[in-house]
Amino acid sequence: MAINWFKYSAPTTFYGLAGKLIPWFAISAAVLCMVGLYIGFVVAPADAQQGEFYRIIFIHVPSSILSMFLYLIMAAYAAMGLIFNTRLSSMMASAIAPTGALFAFISLWTGALWGKPMWGAWWVWDARLTSELILLFLYLGFISLHASIDDPRRADRAAALLAIVGSVNVPIIYFSVQWWNTLHQGSTIKFTGTSMHIAMQQAMFTMLVACWLYAITVTLMRVRSIILERERHTKWITELAEVKS
Amino acid sequence: MSLDIWMRENPLSYIWIGSYAVAFLIFAIEIAMVVHKRKITLQQVRLMREADESEEG
Repeated sequence: MAINWFKYSAPTTFYGLAGKLIPWFAISAAVLCMVGLYIGFVVAPADAQQGEFYRIIFIHVPSSILSMFLYLIMAAYAAMGLIFNTRLSSMMASAIAPTGALFAFISLWTGALWGKPMWGAWWVWDARLTSELILLFLYLGFISLHASIDDPRRADRAAALLAIVGSVNVPIIYFSVQWWNTLHQGSTIKFTGTSMHIAMQQAMFTMLVACWLYAITVTLMRVRSIILERERHTKWITELAEVKS
Repeated sequence: MSLDIWMRENPLSYIWIGSYAVAFLIFAIEIAMVVHKRKITLQQVRLMREADESEEG
């Protein structure tokens, strides 16, 4: 049976679908997180150069990847809302922003904790670190700009412009280690292969999927609240079982 | 004992307390905030519905 995906682009139908999907994503995220931590801390060996300190990688790399991808997804949703004037797209962009900001913060925080034993400094004004910090400010700017305008549709449009312009920072973060001479190491995993131990790869990818599932769970939970808030004057909201009870 | 010495003697504690505990605390706070926001929003919508019904009645 073919699924009509366009049906779920309306808040009325997406609200119910999101509610059904949340428990599945949440449980999968929790299970994968435990599996990833088990592989990362019990199965994976210590690194020859960094010893035990490298184990920060299992939270640092997924957070960094998610902070960049979530920004691109947020900007894409914001652009769709701006171009096609679709309500759900703008709501999704608003729902993604806080989670993206938190991942950017975790990336910077864990990076600082990794930097101290490896480089001898919590922070350096390196291209990768600085561009990631700018990403955090872009997220905060998006959230603040959206919150500062009372009319939600106008706020969506203004914040969308910031999100679209700011997306230029994502390739800068990614390529910063190639374009500039940075203290931050280059990519360990490339299309041509990796020198990482197989258990380290498994732990990192499991944690990456767990973080993705967590981000989807929280975004869906948040977008349901945004839909409730913005559509509160509509008939379908007042007829929802959770509103009636 | 300075932090530098402590972290080198206890790398796993340093990693867990500094990185993972902080990250999981942030996730827990985010989930709590999202759940709280939903409760508040539902409450507001219910109040609006009740107000509308009493006006109609």
